Amino acid sequence: MAENAVAGFEEADEILRQAAEWRAAGRGVALATVVSTWGSSPRATGSQLVVDDTGAFRGSVSGGCIEGAVVLEALEVIKEGKPRLLDFGVTDEQAWGVGLACGGKVEVFVEPVA
Amino acid sequence: MKQATLDALLNARAEKRAVALVTELASADEALVFADGRVEGDLAPTAEIVEQARNALRHNRSTSVVVGERRYFIHAFNPPLRLVIVGAVHIAQPLVQMARVLGYDISLVDPRGAFATADRFPGVRLLDDWPDDALNSLGIDARTAVVTLTHDPKLDDPALLVALRSDAFYIGALGSKRTHASRRERLSEQGMTEQEIARIRAPIGLPLGGRAPAEIALAILAQMTATLHGSELA
Repeated sequence: MAENAVAGFEEADEILRQAAEWRAAGRGVALATVVSTWGSSPRATGSQLVVDDTGAFRGSVSGGCIEGAVVLEALEVIKEGKPRLLDFGVTDEQAWGVGLACGGKVEVFVEPVA
Repeated sequence: MKQATLDALLNARAEKRAVALVTELASADEALVFADGRVEGDLAPTAEIVEQARNALRHNRSTSVVVGERRYFIHAFNPPLRLVIVGAVHIAQPLVQMARVLGYDISLVDPRGAFATADRFPGVRLLDDWPDDALNSLGIDARTAVVTLTHDPKLDDPALLVALRSDAFYIGALGSKRTHASRRERLSEQGMTEQEIARIRAPIGLPLGGRAPAEIALAILAQMTATLHGSELA
């Protein structure tokens, strides 16, 4: 947990290394990245989450509100091999049925690592 | 992200080189842009985007930009902030521990062999060169903070002279107001201007009121953090 609390370098490295490890193990991998935020979204632009084809993940793109939905989208991205741009926010009720309790908005880019 | 990009990115990180990853969001085509403007990858970014990527590194800010019909995400990957401490004194011990939690890459400079020992500072990069030589070899840049703790002009001053001629984002010196007044005179005799000397934060640290070594370390790191982010507290 201590390493996860450190902003920036260590965390980013962990996620990239995890992506490389899962790839080396022959797994399908997708990388989710926060590309923009509005209001009081909990994670900064550039925060990342890596997902493998079993749904295992590491990192975060919110305070825990949307990770579940992002992982599900990531599994589709791994299958299709095509990127997706996802929008989450309080105003966005129907999209994935999840929103940010904090009242912020966040845009997450999900791409295959291949 | 392509495997080759991931490998190149991890490689740049291992070498502690600053690199920006530029991704076109519709296609996921991407390129790495290095601080010197060198570009690697399938995407051929325009000169404007390369400049924006270099800017993102300078300001350590990832951002998405729209150029024409296309949207790009510029992801800034900078090496960790660095902290150079001069003086392996008592305060340096909590300072090292706390700075580590904040993610700093730490170097500890002290030519006095009895102070800078691996026993007292496990896992820390120790340099026993004279402080000006040590700072010159480390290369002080805009993502580096320099803190002098020895109270000894023979050790602190040479370090401060190098730091003041660098882009260090923070320069702090331990010592009272009176100590700092005589320090100013000495640095001025060495050719530093009033304005240059004013970059030194002394007495060091935010005025938290604590006197214990850990409290002083906290005050120093609080001031460094405030300075880094341009907070009014700095």
